Amino acid sequence: MRLSQLEVGEKGIVKEFTDLEMSVKLMEMGCLPGEEIKVERIAPLGDPIAIKVSGYQLSLRKREAYTIVLQ
Amino acid sequence: MKADIRVALVGNPNTGKSTLFNVLTGLNQKIGNFPGVTVDKKVGYCTLPDGRRAEIIDLPGTYSIYPKSQDESIVFSVLADRSNPHSPDLVVVILDASNLKRNLLLYSQVADLKIPVVVALNMMDLAKKADINIDVNLFAKKLGVPVVPISARKVDGIEGLKNAISYANKFALQEDSIDVASIAPELVESIGRELNIDNPYLALQLAHQHETLTFLTPAQSNRVEELEKEFSFNSQKAQGAETIARYSFINDLLYDTVTKPVTAHEETVSNKIDKILTHKVFGFIIFFAVLMFMFQAIFSWSSYPMSLIADAFVWIQDSLHHILPAGPLTSLLVDGVIAGLSGVMVFIPQIAILFAFISILEDTGYMSRVTFMMDKLMRKVGLNGKSVVPLIGGFACAVPSIMSTRTIENWKDRMITIMVTPLVTCSARLPVYTLLIALVVPNRNVWWLFNLQGLALTGMYVFSLISAIVVAWVFKFILKAKERGYFIMELPVYRMPRWNNVLYSMYERSKAFVFQAGKVIIAVSVILWVMASYGPGDRFAKIDQHYSQPQYTQHMTADSLGRTIASAKLENSYAGVLGHSIEPVIRPLGFDWKIGIALITSFAAREVFVGTMATIYSVNGSAEKMESVYEKMHQAKNPDTGQPVFTLAVAFSLMMFYAFAMQCASTVAVVYRETKNWRWPAYQFAYMTVLAYLASFIAYHVLK
Repeated sequence: MRLSQLEVGEKGIVKEFTDLEMSVKLMEMGCLPGEEIKVERIAPLGDPIAIKVSGYQLSLRKREAYTIVLQ
Repeated sequence: MKADIRVALVGNPNTGKSTLFNVLTGLNQKIGNFPGVTVDKKVGYCTLPDGRRAEIIDLPGTYSIYPKSQDESIVFSVLADRSNPHSPDLVVVILDASNLKRNLLLYSQVADLKIPVVVALNMMDLAKKADINIDVNLFAKKLGVPVVPISARKVDGIEGLKNAISYANKFALQEDSIDVASIAPELVESIGRELNIDNPYLALQLAHQHETLTFLTPAQSNRVEELEKEFSFNSQKAQGAETIARYSFINDLLYDTVTKPVTAHEETVSNKIDKILTHKVFGFIIFFAVLMFMFQAIFSWSSYPMSLIADAFVWIQDSLHHILPAGPLTSLLVDGVIAGLSGVMVFIPQIAILFAFISILEDTGYMSRVTFMMDKLMRKVGLNGKSVVPLIGGFACAVPSIMSTRTIENWKDRMITIMVTPLVTCSARLPVYTLLIALVVPNRNVWWLFNLQGLALTGMYVFSLISAIVVAWVFKFILKAKERGYFIMELPVYRMPRWNNVLYSMYERSKAFVFQAGKVIIAVSVILWVMASYGPGDRFAKIDQHYSQPQYTQHMTADSLGRTIASAKLENSYAGVLGHSIEPVIRPLGFDWKIGIALITSFAAREVFVGTMATIYSVNGSAEKMESVYEKMHQAKNPDTGQPVFTLAVAFSLMMFYAFAMQCASTVAVVYRETKNWRWPAYQFAYMTVLAYLASFIAYHVLK
């Protein structure tokens, strides 16, 4: 299961990343293995998405969300 | 100014760092540039409770000491380079108390550089509201540094922070956060030994960042590179391992110091606002309504102060002409320098209002929602959600807008944004368009509601946006990406704008504009003045001689004779000669040599067009006397055919030229400053001139 597959309101827990470069940037922003992520909304045109992680809201593109593997 | 202690402010974006800076220093601050880079350097001064003077430097907001943009890279440079003139004695790390976890990553990195640290726990009021409880004493004990709870917006706890700064230790006492050496033991040890660095985290950071650091000698940088190869160091893997270790330290730290409810109070409010502002339909309607309101405000609110400034300059010019003896020096000062200065100053109201809006939109958190909504659309044409801000700003002025592209991390996205921003109809084109439209478009309504002239003007605005998007799309295929594009951005909770910050931003941006653009515009207007006031050989003397004959002096009023002479002199001045010499080139566009002079002078700044037209059609007065320029141009006849010069075809051809041509010395200068390479402004100038010529040519021949 990838983060990009979640619907609005659904939650998941980060397991690992498929892309090293992206993982470094995401982890800096608090997106770490073991963290819970909730999809809060999707932009009007379908991309990017907004997620709740580490107590704040982060937006990222679907392509980037696809690199996050959930448990 | 000498200071007793140097303090650096460091923190994540949206933590109230600038507010704290403003509260600490008041108006006692100045903005400069870090040497060699175009990052704004904000330095201010503050008196501590013990009477010592502290120099406070506000470093750019960043999530991590690993830089993702030019702005962010300055943070590590200032902190790490002990020979940097701003190398701090003390770092104040600002943490958002309502969002501690992510904020602490930067703290733990800075702390490991072993510079003395004081923590300012900001937004305590918001944290209390959200029922977040922080055991400040235990928190301070576990970190080993002073922690001061503050609320910068409410100016709460600031005295406590100043006390903490004045009693801070000269030596770093903070606890180690992670075992840095374990990430790359041999490498850290070797770099430390060879470059004589005793801090393991500094050594590790040099391994990561040595390629971009200017304070390392090339030999040192090469040696680090060799060592990296020797110990097969993988920068990204090491950074990943470090980040995981840091968050595990942070989780341990927060485990018994912070308690918070499952859902925070403020987010639900923020979520409700988001449901409307990023709604599929309302989201875009609201965005366009905000834009419309902004343009209306920029144009209508600025008209009174702008005419006030223009009048003031006319008055100054008049008085100086009366006070000073007539002569070339007076003329240079009054008609060259001060006339050029007034051309700059008159834009201050528009720039101030634009930046007031931008800072309100950014402060409230709305700008990041616009970025969020527009990203997909902008990406299709090679731009980025973050390009929306400079493009909107371009409607007022390309100069500050190009400066605001620094927030775009991706090199290619940023370059394309810089390349197309000057295409957007800026306020300097407005006087040109209104004059030309008034000349050829009838002032009547169609379909009961729409004024034809208004429609033509709106059309020019829409056309400029479309052309910017099309050109961006073309650049998408020309430019090669240096790195992968990504879009990972915080969406901060909605907050009320801080009016003080809005005022500071208006003041700072206007000042920066006057000084940066002002220098160029004054220089160019002096050159123009020389070119328009002198002619080759004895042509001017001959004109004076010609018009001193009795048939002129007796049969013409002094006023009209003066105008005729001025007109004849302009035609024979260097500018006039130049206009004649380019006439063959611009003939196909429907322009004559007089328009040619206006085109040449407009390369300094577009709005010069109206003034040049006023001079060429020998109207006494400044650009503000639109009626009379209008009448003169309306009556202008082609001497060969007897037809009016400004036909529909010529006017629209001219407007197309102004829509595309890079007629702005300030923009060329700022593009060079931002890109650090003359190639970019040169490419931009070339492609825009070619487009301008083609568009004019087509417009003229279609409408003729």
